[in-house]
Amino acid sequence: MKIIVGVKRVLDYNVKARVKADKSGIELANVKMSMNPFDEIAVEEALRIKEAGHAEEVIAVSIGPTQSQETIRTALAMGADRGILIECDETLQPLAIAKLFKYIAEKEEPGLIVLGKQAIDDDANQTGQMLSALTGMSQATFASKVEFEGDHLKVTREIDAGLESIQVSLPSIITADLRLNEPRYAKLPNIMKAKKKPLEVIPVADTGVDVSSGLSVVEVNEPPKREAGIIVNSVAELVEKLRNEAKVI
Amino acid sequence: MSTLILVEHEGGEIRPATLSVVSAAVAIGGDIDLLVAGSDARGVADKAATIAGVNKVMLADSAAYAHELAENLSALVVKYAEGYSHILFAATAAGKNVMPRVAALLDVSGISDIIEVKSEDTFVRPIYAGNALATVKSSDAVKVIGVRTTAFDAAAAEGGSASVESVEAAEASDKVSFVGQELSQSDRPELTSADIVVSGGRGMQNGENFAMLDDIAGKLNAAVGASRAAVDAGYVPNEYQVGQTGKVVAPDLYLAVGISGAIQHLAGMKDSKVIVAINKDEEAPIFQVADYGLVADLFDALPELSAALDG
Repeated sequence: MKIIVGVKRVLDYNVKARVKADKSGIELANVKMSMNPFDEIAVEEALRIKEAGHAEEVIAVSIGPTQSQETIRTALAMGADRGILIECDETLQPLAIAKLFKYIAEKEEPGLIVLGKQAIDDDANQTGQMLSALTGMSQATFASKVEFEGDHLKVTREIDAGLESIQVSLPSIITADLRLNEPRYAKLPNIMKAKKKPLEVIPVADTGVDVSSGLSVVEVNEPPKREAGIIVNSVAELVEKLRNEAKVI
Repeated sequence: MSTLILVEHEGGEIRPATLSVVSAAVAIGGDIDLLVAGSDARGVADKAATIAGVNKVMLADSAAYAHELAENLSALVVKYAEGYSHILFAATAAGKNVMPRVAALLDVSGISDIIEVKSEDTFVRPIYAGNALATVKSSDAVKVIGVRTTAFDAAAAEGGSASVESVEAAEASDKVSFVGQELSQSDRPELTSADIVVSGGRGMQNGENFAMLDDIAGKLNAAVGASRAAVDAGYVPNEYQVGQTGKVVAPDLYLAVGISGAIQHLAGMKDSKVIVAINKDEEAPIFQVADYGLVADLFDALPELSAALDG
């Protein structure tokens, strides 16, 4: 079985996003970019499934500008076997991303596709669900545990009131939630080895996939700032303020 | 123009999230129809019919909807999607599971987590953990939308008198089945709808110390939340998590204890009406968003606070 894992290059999660002066988006020039944290968890899960003997190959797939090759190399250094970049300079909506993953899935016929539950840039939380709907592969989102049971998977999912488990048939699409695992760090020898692993680059135009979108960004603004508050000196003063000034208790 | 909303319910009751979605639909304008999918859900449909502003309730009663399986719910919504200009979901774990499927099956973009309706085709949604707000415009024939429920007041649960119409179920998927669930047992209000939230961070040091927050939450009829750091450290389960990757809350009072205020945590609580921070580090970023800050060791402050609330 092959596993495809999606990796997105995003603004590093430690860097504060700054809105561009012309309100067209977020400033991404000369800032640190990294793999989306949920995708690191997805890569780790794919590797563990392979290491447990359930899969033979892990393919890291990214869709984005040429620099996304660095993100794929990170996945290769963690242990993925090969990479595919669908090169595209414009920002694509999740529907287009899902269609491009479907294109890859038709070529590679994976038993499992593992994605992060959301990217920390657009916070959309859509691609996995859309890919399941488009491919007919079963859907197991927000996974906190994945277990193989014969030719099925039992997936424990994070829901608002606790945990839910479902059984899904293969091929399946899993989206990784925070507690699924703790991703490994790439060791230096593996970083060197990753440079020699195969990485195929496919221009988006060569896929024949329609990546147009009905959704456009009109403008991007800073959120309203909260007015500065006050520092109280004691618990007694705090309780007094909450009772008599804010009137919330 | 007309809007279809998938109703969320459990234990025979409509979740408050759905009432906020109805308000978002009112802001969009046009007729509002509700779709109730469930097993023995006639009572839910009758309750849905009394929500103010609702035109019609469709009820699909089938064992296939006993659990919120995304495959089955999305197939149902798509079956009845024709003619609607907008299809709305709550941006809850359940809604997020279904909304993108419906959008993909209709070959349109999904619009996640809207916090404002600018017009029938233009919406505002947070990106980058709420560090920026994107105004997006959709030219799709049908707008498929997830509504951030904390951004819209709940519609009145009473006052409406919509008709209830039974509709056929859609085909159920044979690729997925429900196994079980483990729900957190708590007599406290639900985190996303509580008027007061008391949250702990890494400063709590361990799970046992959360009992101090439970004690205060009990006195305030508050829900207990946590930062991602506290969840990561294993102090409390993930359903406590407030932030970009957890729940978004906007209570009247948010009490952050031992929480430094990482960007991703602020994303989940900075729309709270009043924010209180208790932290021994006066440089902690949480103080920049707090209305009232107390620089103190939480192990001194919490017992004192607990006693003061008795007085």
